[in-house]
Amino acid sequence: MASETGQDGGHYVGMPQLDPEFMATQVFWLVVALVVIYFILAKVAMPRIESIIAERHGAIARDLDQAAELKRRAEEAEVAYQQALTDARAEAQRIAAEAKAEIQKELDAATAKADAEIAAKSAESEGRIAEVRASALESVEIVAKDTAVEIIAAIMPAAADKAAVGKAVTARLKG
Amino acid sequence: MATEETGGFNIHPMDQFVVKPLFGGDELHWYTVTNQTLWLFLTVVVIVLLMVVSVRGRAMVPTRSQSIAEVIYGFVRKMIEDIAGQEGLKYFPYIFTLFMFILVANVIGLLPKSFTTTSHIVVTGVLAMAVFISVTVLGFVKHGLGFLKLFWIGSAPLPLRPVLLIIEVISYFVRPLSHSIRLAGNMMAGHAVIKVFAGFAGAMGLGAIAPIFAIVAVYGLETLVVCIQAYVFTILTCVYLNDALHPGH
Repeated sequence: MASETGQDGGHYVGMPQLDPEFMATQVFWLVVALVVIYFILAKVAMPRIESIIAERHGAIARDLDQAAELKRRAEEAEVAYQQALTDARAEAQRIAAEAKAEIQKELDAATAKADAEIAAKSAESEGRIAEVRASALESVEIVAKDTAVEIIAAIMPAAADKAAVGKAVTARLKG
Repeated sequence: MATEETGGFNIHPMDQFVVKPLFGGDELHWYTVTNQTLWLFLTVVVIVLLMVVSVRGRAMVPTRSQSIAEVIYGFVRKMIEDIAGQEGLKYFPYIFTLFMFILVANVIGLLPKSFTTTSHIVVTGVLAMAVFISVTVLGFVKHGLGFLKLFWIGSAPLPLRPVLLIIEVISYFVRPLSHSIRLAGNMMAGHAVIKVFAGFAGAMGLGAIAPIFAIVAVYGLETLVVCIQAYVFTILTCVYLNDALHPGH
């Protein structure tokens, strides 16, 4: 009693998909929907998503570049720091050497001065010793002459000639 | 005849596919608004929500809904690039339209009481014919008669080539048929199976627990199938597009 397609007591018999009655409206509205979807996607959604993704890639690339730049700068700073350290060390050595040289010079000067003083003092001392010695010798001569005159005067007063005795003693002391 | 065979069970698995005018009226025009029109409209609405509204923030770090849109976009883009190459990207908007329409129509067709637009051979037939005609025209526009090399397989031994020519030509013209029936058949079969189980559940009283579990299982399977069918339809479109762009095997 049921036909191949069609309604049967409110329920469908067969495949509604093969019902030619509605095909025109189905196709029409499908085409409308597809065209609308195409314009929504192609004109709005896809350019927007594409720009978002491109922007993100750009941002990531930029950040990477920036990081590389910062790394380069850090390396430069380290080189500069090492250079400064080396310079400072060299400077410190130079200053130490200078100070040492100065001290050495002062020391040398002081030593020389001290030597000179010592030399002057010993020369003076020698002079005085010589003086003392000379005066001592003189005293010895006088004492010897006096003694000889006294002795002669005691032994034989006749012969006591002060001048002759003095001459004789001087001659003896020299000989 | 389905009603007689199921007898007292009162199972009407095909009712869900019936197209009927939404606002009544006896006269049927080519512009009559039907339940199918409603679900096509809902498909458009969901696509707008998914692909336009979700990305309105244009966030550098995507929100959840924005990343869904981006993932789908990237997925289809990569599919075209992998299969049809860089030249295929020119047709990205068309293929993306197809994919989004089929995917969303399939998924919202899984809602209870819904009408699955893609379960109708008329709908999938229009899609498949659109692909078939555009790809064929594109092939001839790009390569002229050189497009026919697609059927004349240069790498095969000469005596075999006429045989292969016949096979290739037949397979080429069967493409829109298989392309459309695969999608509509999958949609229809799964939905009908769910309805049949639901009919069993209604007739079995307490024993209904078994068919209800079956419905849950089939529903899970269907969720997978509707996504895979959208993918399959799109990837085949890409393959056909690739044939048109590079007809030499």
